[in-house]
Amino acid sequence: MTTPVLQAKGLTKRYGRVVAIDGSDLELYPGEILAVIGDNGAGKSSLIKALSGALIPDSGEIFLDGKQVHFRTPMDARSAGIETVYQTLAVAPGLDIADNLFLGREERKPGVLGSVFRMLDRGHMRAEAKRHMSELGVATLQNIGQAVESLSGGQRQAVAVARSAAFGSKVVILDEPTAALGVKEGNRVLQLIRDVRDRGLPVILISHNMPHVFEVADRIHIQRLGRRATVITPKSHSMSEAVAIMTGAAEPPPEAAA
Amino acid sequence: MATATATDFEVRRNDSLGLRLQHLLHGNPVLGPLAVLIVAIIAFSIVNGRFLTATNLSLVLQQVTVIAVLALGQTLIILTAGIDLSAGAIAVFSSILMANFCVKAGMPGFIALVLGLACGTAMGALNGVLVTRIKLPPFIVTLGTLTIFFSLNSVVSNSETVRGTDMSSLMTWTGNSIPIGSFRLTYGSIIMLLLFGYFYYALGRTAWGKHVYATGDDIESARLAGIQTSRVLFSVYTVAGLLYAVGGWILIGRLASASPNVGVEYNLDSITAVVLGGTSLFGGRGSVIGTLIGALIVGVFRNGLQLGGVEVVWQGFAIGLLVLVAVSLDQWIRKVKT
Repeated sequence: MTTPVLQAKGLTKRYGRVVAIDGSDLELYPGEILAVIGDNGAGKSSLIKALSGALIPDSGEIFLDGKQVHFRTPMDARSAGIETVYQTLAVAPGLDIADNLFLGREERKPGVLGSVFRMLDRGHMRAEAKRHMSELGVATLQNIGQAVESLSGGQRQAVAVARSAAFGSKVVILDEPTAALGVKEGNRVLQLIRDVRDRGLPVILISHNMPHVFEVADRIHIQRLGRRATVITPKSHSMSEAVAIMTGAAEPPPEAAA
Repeated sequence: MATATATDFEVRRNDSLGLRLQHLLHGNPVLGPLAVLIVAIIAFSIVNGRFLTATNLSLVLQQVTVIAVLALGQTLIILTAGIDLSAGAIAVFSSILMANFCVKAGMPGFIALVLGLACGTAMGALNGVLVTRIKLPPFIVTLGTLTIFFSLNSVVSNSETVRGTDMSSLMTWTGNSIPIGSFRLTYGSIIMLLLFGYFYYALGRTAWGKHVYATGDDIESARLAGIQTSRVLFSVYTVAGLLYAVGGWILIGRLASASPNVGVEYNLDSITAVVLGGTSLFGGRGSVIGTLIGALIVGVFRNGLQLGGVEVVWQGFAIGLLVLVAVSLDQWIRKVKT
């Protein structure tokens, strides 16, 4: 069996007497979309935060490409190649698309202009931004110099996803990317997620939207009571069976599907 | 599939005239202030033929210079969704410190100047520390430091004015001018214009500038995007302090003295210029070019109304009205729908 790109073993996080994650495991394999579902309070967001460096687990281990890693800040995870698209998107509405794609890792011009005058290489960044957007099939934006606030919700999501795909070298984590979108835009973003996977980046998708999860996920990690209940696939189980496992109405099957 | 759904991402256009104007101003926030400035210049030159003379225009520029430099620092802070009530206090206190380093402590002009600028920078840095470390709202921080700096100002100066003739010539150098025909361009104005040019560049073409805008737009998003927002905020308050101190230096040249009793109105005037220039008080939106235009609007109105025979008390009334219109316009532009 192939090594997982990202693997968590026995992660635990307590807040006082509240146990947010209780020895949870997770495996993400190359080239797949792994959906993480779970009821409110099942610990899925804590689990994801631990993987993206936003939370330091009390115990447990995280492996990236088989090597153990210790993330203390989101920047650690980022520099290791794990990009996270937060629900709030983390875009600056007033800046344009290219600026947003490179926000926090701007490129300077070569030579004296860059080193002494700290001038940004705007031409290069715009060309790169255009390339990344069109690689993901969102080249229809008229102008890469357009302010992000003039974009629709789906377009903003596309910018955020494009940013993570452009800089994530190992894993892209998407937190509820379709939650605030209409049907049409939601479908468009699902296609984007597939495009990211097809370019070779495995994706972890956190979502409450069962139809969306069953449409794009290769495997579905069901989180319950702070630990992994099971992993199923959209082929092996139906939506109502997944919900039953998630809520505890049905016994989880043995972890054969993984 | 990727191309079939291309139309989903088209931006919808609305054709009503008001909305188009809203979009135009949203995309080019400097247009509104520029129109106001041009209309004001045309109106005042019709009312009084003396307005457009080179002598009068150089006077307007001299009157505007100090406010413009303070407003430049203020712009940086307002872009991060902050506000600095202590701008004028830092400028005046710095000018008093420079003058006294020179006269009472007997330092050479250059040393006194550099020390004075360093003190202004430190005062800005203090604001920055209070905003980023203790996490107090900028309004409260600068309200406190405003009072403290003015009080220290009275203590240090002993409420006495230092005459320019007693100081090193470097102190009053900013008031010297280059004649261009009958237009007199002061060195202070040249410094002011160079500073605007520099910050126009720094805000638009460096990563620091992008981070200033992103932090003001949405600080949490900026943090998640990997920007060290505390560092950005601290740098902005510190740089603003330095700019205010430069403003204080130019003030000495303008008045040919260092007086502890001027500049109370500078605190609010600098905010007025920023707001008139189309920079949003809610952060993340605006430009230094707008601020320069805003400062010029204040100067042109004050001067034009004076030449038109309007009493000083009513000049304030007119500028107050302008501010209210500018802020209402900002609110309207902010509500832009796509």
